[in-house]
Amino acid sequence: MNITLRVWRQKSRDDEGRMVTYQVEDVSPDMSFLEMLDVLNEKLTLDGHEPVAFDHDCREGICGACGVVINGVAHGPETTTTCQLHMRSFKDGDVIDVEPWRAKAFPVIKDLVVDRGAFDRIIQAGGYISAPTGTAPDAHAMPVPKADADRAFDAATCIGCGACVAACPNASGMLFTAAKVTHLGMLPQGQPERAARVVKMVNQHDEEDFGGCTNIGECAAVCPKGIPLDTISQLNRDLLGSLASGNPK
Amino acid sequence: MALKAAMAVTGAILVLFLIAHMYGNLMIFGGPQTFDTYSAHLRELGEPMLPYEGFLWIMRVVLLASVLVHAYAAVTLWMRARRARPAGQRYHTKKSVQRSYASYTMRWGGVVVVLFVIYHILHLTTNDIAPGGASASPYERVVNGFQIWWVVLSYVIALAAVGFHLRHGIWSAVATLGGNRAGRQRSLNIIATGLSLVVTIGFLIPPFAVLLGLVK
Amino acid sequence: MTELYIEGAPIKDEKAPEGPIEQRWDKRRFSAKLVNPANRRKLSVIIVGTGLAGASAAATLGEAGYQVTSFCYQDSPRRAHSIAAQGGINAAKNYRNDGDSIYRLFYDTVKGGDFRSRESNVYRLAQVSVEIIDQCVAQGVPFAREYGGLLDNRSFGGVQVSRTFYARGQTGQQLLIGAYQALERQIAAGTVRMHTRHEMLELIVVDGRARGVIVRDMVSGEIETHFADAVVLASGGYGNVFFLSTNAMGCNVTATWRAHRKGALFANPCYTQIHPTCIPVSGDYQSKLTLMSESLRNDGRIWVPKEAGDDRDPRQIPEEERDYYLERIYPSFGNLVPRDIASRAAKNVCDEGRGVGPGGLGVYLDFADAIKRMGLPAVEAKYGNLFDMYQRITGENPYEVPMRIYPAVHYTMGGLWVDYDLQSTIPGLFVTGEANFSDHGANRLGASALMQGLADGYFVLPNTINDYLASGPFESLDENTPEAKEAADAVRARIDKLLSVNGNRTVDSFHKELGHIMWDYCGMERSEEGLRKAIERIRELRDEFWQNVKVTGTNEELNQALEKAGRVADFFELAELMCIDALHRRESCGGHFRAESQTEDGEALRHDDEFAYVAAWEFTGTGEQPVLHKENLEYEYVEMKQRSYK
Repeated sequence: MNITLRVWRQKSRDDEGRMVTYQVEDVSPDMSFLEMLDVLNEKLTLDGHEPVAFDHDCREGICGACGVVINGVAHGPETTTTCQLHMRSFKDGDVIDVEPWRAKAFPVIKDLVVDRGAFDRIIQAGGYISAPTGTAPDAHAMPVPKADADRAFDAATCIGCGACVAACPNASGMLFTAAKVTHLGMLPQGQPERAARVVKMVNQHDEEDFGGCTNIGECAAVCPKGIPLDTISQLNRDLLGSLASGNPK
Repeated sequence: MALKAAMAVTGAILVLFLIAHMYGNLMIFGGPQTFDTYSAHLRELGEPMLPYEGFLWIMRVVLLASVLVHAYAAVTLWMRARRARPAGQRYHTKKSVQRSYASYTMRWGGVVVVLFVIYHILHLTTNDIAPGGASASPYERVVNGFQIWWVVLSYVIALAAVGFHLRHGIWSAVATLGGNRAGRQRSLNIIATGLSLVVTIGFLIPPFAVLLGLVK
Repeated sequence: MTELYIEGAPIKDEKAPEGPIEQRWDKRRFSAKLVNPANRRKLSVIIVGTGLAGASAAATLGEAGYQVTSFCYQDSPRRAHSIAAQGGINAAKNYRNDGDSIYRLFYDTVKGGDFRSRESNVYRLAQVSVEIIDQCVAQGVPFAREYGGLLDNRSFGGVQVSRTFYARGQTGQQLLIGAYQALERQIAAGTVRMHTRHEMLELIVVDGRARGVIVRDMVSGEIETHFADAVVLASGGYGNVFFLSTNAMGCNVTATWRAHRKGALFANPCYTQIHPTCIPVSGDYQSKLTLMSESLRNDGRIWVPKEAGDDRDPRQIPEEERDYYLERIYPSFGNLVPRDIASRAAKNVCDEGRGVGPGGLGVYLDFADAIKRMGLPAVEAKYGNLFDMYQRITGENPYEVPMRIYPAVHYTMGGLWVDYDLQSTIPGLFVTGEANFSDHGANRLGASALMQGLADGYFVLPNTINDYLASGPFESLDENTPEAKEAADAVRARIDKLLSVNGNRTVDSFHKELGHIMWDYCGMERSEEGLRKAIERIRELRDEFWQNVKVTGTNEELNQALEKAGRVADFFELAELMCIDALHRRESCGGHFRAESQTEDGEALRHDDEFAYVAAWEFTGTGEQPVLHKENLEYEYVEMKQRSYK
């Protein structure tokens, strides 16, 4: 099939950027979306143009590196990562708009590549359990009810891709933050730091210039790992409890 | 950080007020006597512990404070959202996947509601705007106003805005206060829709009753 | 063959303690010099890579108080390719009371490695495995649990005990996130300085010691020089030399290859693990292969049509015209034969023209019988997520049409040679995880890669590197140090060269062609003739690359074509060494199958008398004969046996 792409091209952080139209011919429906971009890039290179820069690595939907907004939807029409989206989700002759994640907290580095360092800094603020190597008791010293372990796992499947931010009308990073708060907060090992953790992480989230959550739910709807929206409510419960019990803002 | 909680709590106060207000409005079906007595009673509530209109003023102050806090929080969050995706970093094509119309109209809808409240107070409380004729009787003010089709229409539009605002607002307040749990999201949304429908329809019954001549 | 390499002096691991095997790790920890906590903050360590082995080491050394500088090429340390490991992590906890022990894990690993690994190292790995699980649980890794709240285990990779801990099909992700969080905690504490989107392009060796690295900031293009008292490479494996593999697109050999060029020996490069159950290639645009859990072979039946060229819909092919070849050839193990046997059998039937799907490179993995026997809901419950993944990638419904599978390169057992302390032949250069060669011998058991990465990073390296650092801090250096300047200049010159060729072929087209050569001649089955042909073609292709590659853009920007070009250039050199190693090892063992060395039944045939050694190669120049140093392997505890799966 033949596809018309309108791709965001931006040379560097400070460049203004614009949508540029390309034709991609002989696209196989079995290609992944990124393989279709590979084909475009091969052609651009041979024609002496610069290929389109985009982040990607594992190409099996787990590393969280890839992610572009396709026709206005983060990761495109299927609820999965961009690398797991295949061209059979499109039709011959389609016009496809491809844009980077857009948020102040995720500045564009080049073309479709953005800087998601803000997510790492949110984790630095408290998204961990302090357990220096060698200090651990036996793994069976503390049983964890299966329901809690499962809920922690569901939240822990977050791949940090940033689609939640890209999709949110407020550009909020609350689903990402909440997933980590819930993962660690559901486990007995995470209890000692639970109250302080949520406050520190939400503070960092706000400092990074993410917007606030207004419970619209676009984040959970595009999340490739299906992190549910009630994770944010869990964060809110922890946050209010923590503030009420006198943890500093 | 506490902004959203403040928004949820003040929103909840306003919702409770609306429900009480709507209940009071329905007294219009008891006739002029009942309605005007109810209105007067509001002013005498709490006497002699409180002075005349004492309760009413406490309520007005609480409501006004709630509105101000609610609006302040809303504007702050609105500005933050704008900063979070500033001009020059907006999408060329953006589609929503599941968001409700109600969530889409929260902000401008909120502005419409504020303007309506001012209009409504000038109309039925202070009676400075008095289409159909002013009166000392609250009952007559209602009847005089709502006999005119465009007054009813203006209330329909405003209450639709209120309804949408409540639809997302109730759900959002519960979620912000930590009340959304696994498996509960659907029922919370149904409750929010139901409650906003009840409030909207409840408020619209008296104007239509007047317009259709059921209440004279 | 001697025209291809030179045999040099044998090499020995000087650090491994003698004595009873269960006491050796204790002995080494006791004999290793310690560093006073107050002195640690004066000592610096560079760590390249943030996968399990790198992130865990950076976090642990940071906690100990060393000044750590960490680099990764990804935009966040959380994205290193350890994240993609599915199955699980082994540990000799014996929580099942099923007869497991440290000794049994040790024994299984030595045997699984086809007697080409060191007993001391493997025993230590089994000892440390127990502590890894404790550590990870304390960090909040959400392993699967039973209703009683205790950890669940499963049996994995054909072993008879249940010692594999897992987190659904995402064990690697959960373990890496645990290590990543520990790392981020140290970054916040200021003990680790993290540089993301930085790629190591050269090692700095001063006075015979590894003292720093040259890295390229992949956003600005700046060539930076970083010094430290020791350098740790945790940069993963080199499976991407095959272009198509289950590795991430960015996985590369550059860090270890640059160190090899500076004098670190490269051990056993030909040992490649090929995983039998991957989703086959669908077209020449294919960029990567996706693994599906081996557990599918528990209930699925593997077959191809009896007739070559039979392209009927598989559901129309009657039972008597199907060849369930694994069940036919290996009646006792059937579809559950080890990875390498299953892989090679698939290749053989495809070579006979009986392969299915695009290009005839695939075999059927059929669940029709399983669905009949267990019922659809049971199959769905057990394999639903794998079936969904298959359907998403291929667009076919595996509940109705048999799946197609084909082997793919998955893991490389070879890597930089290290001693018991994980130190390479360059003093001060340590190598951990898949980047070293140490623990898996010629073949890695399932669920052992995660174990080794974390063992190295959390427990082994932090207890051995101190022995080296105790003699530091070393002389302070700056960018004008001749060795550093020379290294930086070499990096710049190479980049300039890549950008200036301006030929007619893209980097990917070279990489794909190299991958084809390697897959055809240095893949599942290797022969003298094929390997010689491969070496010749690799050399030709390498020459063409340097004359005809096209890399657009400049160095001073994010330039993904330039990044790839540098990596592919190193893959060319590695590929040649892999072929030479494969050629010199005229036996079949583990992940290395020589057509000339098989039993009458077509099984791998080792030659322990000649080849029970580690082949450690010394670099002498591009296209020059490398020097082979042999490290003899002695087995005091496990008796060497030929395996049989008939």
